[in-house]
Amino acid sequence: MTASFMEGNEAIAHGAMAAGCRFFAGYPITPATTIFQSMLTLLPPAGGICLQGEDEIASIGFCLGASMAGLKAMTATSGPGISLYSEQISFAIGSEIPIVIVDVQRLGPSTGSATRGADGDIQFLRWGNSGGLPVIALAPVNPADCFVLTMAAFNLAETYRCPVFIASNKEIGMTRESVDLRSLPQPEIVERRGFAGPPPYRPFAVADGRDVPDFLPIGADILVRQTSSTHGPDGYITTDAVQIAAAQQRLDRKLRSAVDTFTYWEFYGPPDADTLVITYGVSARAARSAVDAARAAGTTASLLVLKTLWPVPEALIREKAAGAGRIVVVEMNLGQYVREIRRVLGNQHIDFIGQMDGRLIHPETIEEVICHG
Amino acid sequence: MDSLINDSRPPVFCPGCTHERVVHGLDKAFALLGLPANRIALVSDIGCSGLFDTFFNTHAMHGLHGRALTYATGLKMARPELTVVVTMGDGGLGIGGAHLLAACRRNLDLTLLVLNNFNFGMTGGQCSVTTPPEAQAGSSFLNRLEKPMDLCRLVEAAGAPYAARCSGLSKGLAENIRAAIAFEGFSVLDIWGICPGRYTRKNRLTPKMIDENLADMPGGQGVIAENRRPEYGRSYARQQAELPPTKPPLEVPPEFTPLAGKRQELVILGSAGQRIITAGEIVGLAAMTAGLQVTQKNEYNITVLRGPSISEVIVSDEAIGYTGIETPDVVLALAQEGVDRRRAAFAHFGENTLVLAAADVTLPESPARVHTIDFKALGVRPPDRALAAVAAVAARERIISPPMLDRALEYRFAGKVLESARATVKKGLEEGRKDAKP
Ligand code: SF4
Repeated sequence: MTASFMEGNEAIAHGAMAAGCRFFAGYPITPATTIFQSMLTLLPPAGGICLQGEDEIASIGFCLGASMAGLKAMTATSGPGISLYSEQISFAIGSEIPIVIVDVQRLGPSTGSATRGADGDIQFLRWGNSGGLPVIALAPVNPADCFVLTMAAFNLAETYRCPVFIASNKEIGMTRESVDLRSLPQPEIVERRGFAGPPPYRPFAVADGRDVPDFLPIGADILVRQTSSTHGPDGYITTDAVQIAAAQQRLDRKLRSAVDTFTYWEFYGPPDADTLVITYGVSARAARSAVDAARAAGTTASLLVLKTLWPVPEALIREKAAGAGRIVVVEMNLGQYVREIRRVLGNQHIDFIGQMDGRLIHPETIEEVICHG
Repeated sequence: MDSLINDSRPPVFCPGCTHERVVHGLDKAFALLGLPANRIALVSDIGCSGLFDTFFNTHAMHGLHGRALTYATGLKMARPELTVVVTMGDGGLGIGGAHLLAACRRNLDLTLLVLNNFNFGMTGGQCSVTTPPEAQAGSSFLNRLEKPMDLCRLVEAAGAPYAARCSGLSKGLAENIRAAIAFEGFSVLDIWGICPGRYTRKNRLTPKMIDENLADMPGGQGVIAENRRPEYGRSYARQQAELPPTKPPLEVPPEFTPLAGKRQELVILGSAGQRIITAGEIVGLAAMTAGLQVTQKNEYNITVLRGPSISEVIVSDEAIGYTGIETPDVVLALAQEGVDRRRAAFAHFGENTLVLAAADVTLPESPARVHTIDFKALGVRPPDRALAAVAAVAARERIISPPMLDRALEYRFAGKVLESARATVKKGLEEGRKDAKP
């Protein structure tokens, strides 16, 4: 194959460009910095804007402003930066501002270890906003996924007008790998649906049968209002409980009811194996090696790699786990996504492998559990 | 020009609140400038002044406390044709301090109107960054311990090219606002006012007192000559126009037959300055010239010019799963720091692991086969050790072959650098061939 040799972080930048990203702002932080550096190389010569914010709060704030002006926007950071993004993430959720947010996870808590990998932010991404409304999070396994899922993330942000996370990991972001970007299946590029109806434009009104309001940019001929306060369809503050409840339910429903249309996953191994390994992110690589090694040793297992983590793709998980006598969940933390698997597959036997020491989970650790319980 | 006041949402401020005067002053300023409603974006902060956007028929964005300048920056960069006005109280000034300083340094064409009434009106009159120490504020004695900041002097020091003060109760308010908006660049207008709802219930402050105070203060007269410079958005566009197009990522087509063998693992243990990461990359590119899959993981200290530098490269004819390495096929031990960092790993090396070690490095016990290279005797300087050692691996037809390596050099280097890399490789190849021959 004709290949390029690039980090997951570089692949994310190329995916963003392919998806039509026109605005990026970031603040340097290991292990996400090379996304900023790559965007700085790629975006301005192509006519887009790349800024270095004075901090993470500013970086995502710039993106929200630019997105409201109609540009596809992305920012990237690691756990400590996600902490600082939190209030702006809540804004993007509640006020339906499309944005792609990359979290190249590093070992926490807090400043933790800048150059050690982890998947410790998985529940944080879901719940790190005030109000607790759903978000979308996609988890790449390698640079190829980084490219394709970033494109998908932009499409989802535009379609649903919401923040979309890429839950990467230092072990993907800063590992260089041979990848043939041209051979990857590229999704068709989606633009946010613009308002075409007759005035008045009500910025948060939804057309019949839709859960996502039509967009007009700030700066359009028709006036546009955006607000982080609890608002009615007209974009003005409201205290009307009926209106408020309807809006909150719509924000919840618009993502959760649609997850089947953006459930990304890979399945490996026979469909009827007694043991099903479920994992995501970089651990999927070790899990695949483990499943191969187990088979060579005479034990058959299958592997489900989840690439859509939020909302939880419950239908897929149930379907793939239906015949399995035992589920093994593997993740680089002490037990985050396994909570969701337990919730969805309540009556099935679930074993858990978690590790949080800055090292990759070793295939032998997984193989051992597959073969010997 | 018609008023841009939103008749369906009249101001709701306490009677006597200066904010209401500013609403009308701003409206008049828009009229003086002749700006159409849809070319104005009003970005409001939090607090009583955060209601501003609702009183106008303009584009509006209202977000989190202290962050108004961040949204305004994104908006203005994306749509330079918009007139972007930010309203903020003295509360937003404090919590958004970093954004204020950065906006001053950046000099993007935004106008910041600070509705300064010396306390947090909305939450109960607590002290802000502008509360005088002698005032009775809602934070008990705390404001007595802190010095209020002078916004105009602050932004001047931070590089703002325009800073002015005025009373929100003065006749010249609209003109002051107009001048600030008309200025091309970041302009700050510190508008002093009265908050009858909170502040003046316990403190005496009259329009006359405000005028007297303002008259006594230095600076704050508008344009700051020494800070005048080109506006950020225009400068950005100018710089951007001069950038050469970005080269597409390097693509390596397969042209050589891969060496026999499945997954091969190489660990390079060196120190900062030995170009360890580049050597790892070259091995990767070389393997890719044979259509192989490659991963490369690197480790170095955050103080990049000191300490160990380690590169781990995996080459395989099939998809690479786990990217960790426990039993490498080849180890290049080029500096003591790198070896020491991975000291514990040596015991796990296999009998088939080939270690090429620099003569000045002391190795831990290991079952691996060790071959020592005297780089000094070869005439290879420390920064070239890694590349020479890689060549010594290629000479043994392990992982990559000499033609693959040469092709990788061509991809990675050009001109004089390529020549010198080839000279280094030649030395490594000769050394390797000596050992490879029985
Ligand atoms: S509390 Fe103070 S600032 Fe707020 S509306 Fe009342 S007078 Fe104005």
